[in-house]
Amino acid sequence: MSQGKKIATRESYGRTLAELGKEHEDFLVLDADLAGSTKTAVFRKAFPERHINCGIAEQNMIGVAAGIAATGRVAFASSFAMFAAGRAYEQIRNSVGYPQLNVKIAATHGGISVGEDGATHQCNEDFALMRTIPGMVVMVPSDDVEAEAMVRAAYAHKGPVYMRFSRLATPVFNNPETYRFEIGKAITMREGKDVAIIAAGLPVASAMEAAEKLAAEGIEARVIDMHTIKPLNEEAVLRAAKEIGKIVTVEEHSVIGGLGSAVAEVLAEQCPAKLKRVGVYDRYTESGPAEALIHHYGLDGEGVYSAVKAFLA
Amino acid sequence: MDNQELKRYALKLRRGILRATHAAASGHPGGSLSATEVFTLLYFEELHVDPKNPEDPKRDRFVLSKGHCAPGLYAALAARGFFPEEDLLTLRHIGSYLQGHPDMKHIPGVDMSSGSLGQGISAAVGMALAAKIYGESYRTYALLGDGEIEEGEVWEAAMLAGFRKLDNLVVIVDNNNLQIDGPIDEVNSPYPIDKKFEAFNFHVINVEDGNDFDQLRAAFAEARNTKGCPTAIVMKTVKGKGISFMENQVGWHGKGPNDEELAKALAELDKAEEML
Repeated sequence: MSQGKKIATRESYGRTLAELGKEHEDFLVLDADLAGSTKTAVFRKAFPERHINCGIAEQNMIGVAAGIAATGRVAFASSFAMFAAGRAYEQIRNSVGYPQLNVKIAATHGGISVGEDGATHQCNEDFALMRTIPGMVVMVPSDDVEAEAMVRAAYAHKGPVYMRFSRLATPVFNNPETYRFEIGKAITMREGKDVAIIAAGLPVASAMEAAEKLAAEGIEARVIDMHTIKPLNEEAVLRAAKEIGKIVTVEEHSVIGGLGSAVAEVLAEQCPAKLKRVGVYDRYTESGPAEALIHHYGLDGEGVYSAVKAFLA
Repeated sequence: MDNQELKRYALKLRRGILRATHAAASGHPGGSLSATEVFTLLYFEELHVDPKNPEDPKRDRFVLSKGHCAPGLYAALAARGFFPEEDLLTLRHIGSYLQGHPDMKHIPGVDMSSGSLGQGISAAVGMALAAKIYGESYRTYALLGDGEIEEGEVWEAAMLAGFRKLDNLVVIVDNNNLQIDGPIDEVNSPYPIDKKFEAFNFHVINVEDGNDFDQLRAAFAEARNTKGCPTAIVMKTVKGKGISFMENQVGWHGKGPNDEELAKALAELDKAEEML
């Protein structure tokens, strides 16, 4: 599946911002002393006067972004997921969410694939936090192609958006020629009748890898890329429940409050089906090389394969 | 506008604040009354705003960072004609657009939703920065409580405003010296307030009597003429100003007057009006 090319979705974010900057004058970009890491520095290089470095002050950054949006512009605000969704949660809820302002929170370094920095920087709770805010769109791309389309869709969307990007370079597997993105519309990556794997973000590639291994054993897995965690594409979940009845969710996030929870809520209320959530089980994760951590927490192709096999056994 | 006329408007605002918090049986009259003169001067003299076109992109912006003093802001907006004055009596009622704290989505003339302390000043900095970047001439004003500046976010915002030399921004601190738990210098003193803003590269104007129109007017003029840095106006006020039994009483921070108290307060305001 991997065509060899690997790009971190934070790179896609910075590059797309710089492209969007040429097309539209009505947005500003904010950062909190991490422009080199979040890749807003790519935009800053092209449009220095439209980039605001707020220093190490994420709460104020979100408030400043809200003020900019209140004047009728769009504001992209970036930091690591931990400090955007975590530290500035209440600013996002009250200054961005409540007035439904046009602020796009682009949080990089989400999940365990931050790697060596360890638990303090590994945000496995951002989907849960952002999902509770009324009107907030919550998204995570699975590769570079999806990330670019997502940033453009976020700009065009009227209202608050939270996007999570990865630090780790990951395979590019979507075809830019044919790929179509729509907020809230899941993408069926592969059809199958035996089990449905609903994944979001980096684990979509793992789910595809697992599906290939399963196929070799005669198990046909439907793989769904649920890039929008809110609003959740309930129809895609219900269809999987009715047609297959066995669902595995995979996310680089706590199983509490994220994609797995969102899917469980829909199933429990509308169409009970067997469900296994793959993700981080109520614990602080740890330091280590990103790819080793992904393996350790069962989020690579092998881990997803094993989880599905155990689920079907 | 001459001071006599402004004083009449201030009395009108005070009546609105008292009636609204009485009707709501809650709300924050104390800090609304300490800031009544500054609300009056802002909306009847200083701000370029148009009640007929509240969304005008060129308008001056006002952010009530101490959002709990919404009754004061609402009374000023109503008096200026942004919405009917009788609506003040729906404050905090189910179904009313006059929420307990300012709601920009539903209230004409409210430039920013606020209420969680420390957040409004950040939004004001964003508005002022946007004006600088896009070359627009509107000015931005934010009103903060003196207790509010205990929030760390205030100083994050002040640091950026000073660094970015936002001379189109005026931060007003309502120094009535009381917060919910008592006098600010007994809770967690933010004094000296002026020195702190100076350290964050603001031009600071101390106003000895923030309930005096001449002093406030002079401060706003000085702020307008200050170039190269933002201005902080630290104004000493009296919490509960204008109502004898509310003045300097911490208990009137966050409760509405009952029938008897309202009648007594309105009688005091009538008397004050006669003496104008």
